[in-house]
Amino acid sequence: MTDPKFYGAGFPYKKFKPKDMPGKLIVLEGTDGVGRSTQIKMLRHWLENEGFAVSDTGLKRSPLTQPGLDAAKMGNTLSPLTMSLFYATDFADRLENQIIPALEAGFIVLSDRYFYSTIARDVVRGADPEWVRKLYGFALKPDLVLLLKSDVQSLVKRLVTERGFDHWESGMDIRCADNLYDSFCIYQGELIRQFEGMTKEFNFVEVDATRSPLTVHDNLKRKIKSRVFKHS
Amino acid sequence: MLKQNPYKGRLIVVEGIDGSGKSTQIDLLTKWLRKQGNSVYFSEWNSSELVKSTTRLGKSEKMFTPTSFSLLQSTDFAHRWENKILPMLKAGVIVLADRYSFTAFARDVARGVDPIWVRELYSFAVMPDLVLYFKVPLDVAVKRILSSRAKIKYYEAGMDLGLSDNKVTSFKMFQQLVIDQYDKMVDEFGFTVVDGSISVETQQKLVRAAVDKMLAGWEGLPVHRKSKPSSKSPVSAAGGHND
Repeated sequence: MTDPKFYGAGFPYKKFKPKDMPGKLIVLEGTDGVGRSTQIKMLRHWLENEGFAVSDTGLKRSPLTQPGLDAAKMGNTLSPLTMSLFYATDFADRLENQIIPALEAGFIVLSDRYFYSTIARDVVRGADPEWVRKLYGFALKPDLVLLLKSDVQSLVKRLVTERGFDHWESGMDIRCADNLYDSFCIYQGELIRQFEGMTKEFNFVEVDATRSPLTVHDNLKRKIKSRVFKHS
Repeated sequence: MLKQNPYKGRLIVVEGIDGSGKSTQIDLLTKWLRKQGNSVYFSEWNSSELVKSTTRLGKSEKMFTPTSFSLLQSTDFAHRWENKILPMLKAGVIVLADRYSFTAFARDVARGVDPIWVRELYSFAVMPDLVLYFKVPLDVAVKRILSSRAKIKYYEAGMDLGLSDNKVTSFKMFQQLVIDQYDKMVDEFGFTVVDGSISVETQQKLVRAAVDKMLAGWEGLPVHRKSKPSSKSPVSAAGGHND
């Protein structure tokens, strides 16, 4: 990261200078069940093998908000608005306390999702697209955002052989349909459309996620080499 | 960035630093409005069940940054807004709020977050019909707080800002920063300023006059009376103005 840039005002109480974050922030985005965690694992091995220090981080892992978020989701007390804000709290905590310190220490941070997923989820649930974007004005711009692209049928194929259908991943909180399968298809279709709409706006680099894991891995590696390490 | 109140109800907010006497005044105002036959709902800047455990954890472990603190408070406020304030306003009730988004604008900006960002954050809420800002000199407020409370807490004192290692000194410095922010908002949001250092009765007289003026000609939800099922009761005295 040559010169830390933010989408909005960032953290005005922290003054970052150009060379403060020698690390790199690489984000893997994509809908549920697209194979992100598998790819993160493979990328981590590859990068460590190349001699880089790697840190990985994902959504909903902040020690500050995890217990409260889990409880709120369990009790279904989160409205779309409070969910947007609670997730933003979580993201801010991870960004300031995990991601930025790692970048300052020169790590390559592999982020399993970033706030784009949250925006997609919020907008599908009726949030004002402009409002949620401003909400994340404190977010750091990554060095590279890789979007794992898939279609609903491929997601279904993966899910039925792996973990099955989940209440939240199927958007059952907003009842897209009266059963998990149909709701999943509608909801994930909406999310995919949201990601497509964000591709240009946030400079996503697309990778076809319907190919074999090894092919996807090779493609991701190629993109990272050409776009993040082009000068080294 | 707060839209105008489009609902039938009326929203009255009191703001000011700790020890400004605003809670005493809103309590008197609530009782007075009820006695006049109005439907009144009172709301406080308190932690709801939704974020309580997170707030407690963040405070006890001192985990908050200015941004995460600001966001968690807005989560809490959003929950209160959707579940308490908004339905009451739609129903046509007078909602009295002890602190509102301006508390966040003052404290969070004093902590260093971007003023525009935090105003956007709260843009889901509406602009109150009346904001009473209780302005007191720092010394007066600090004396009231120090004599009434056993211990000032870490975040209350703004210890997270590293202004001073001494809690009382830090508290004073932080409150001054908050006052500066409030003062800046007087024109921005059209606060009605009340001198919080004059007598309680005189303040209340001013408060009631401001509320009367704001409510003039307004007809809200009549109070539900259980005892009188008769259908042809005359319009109640509620809300009748006599100025």
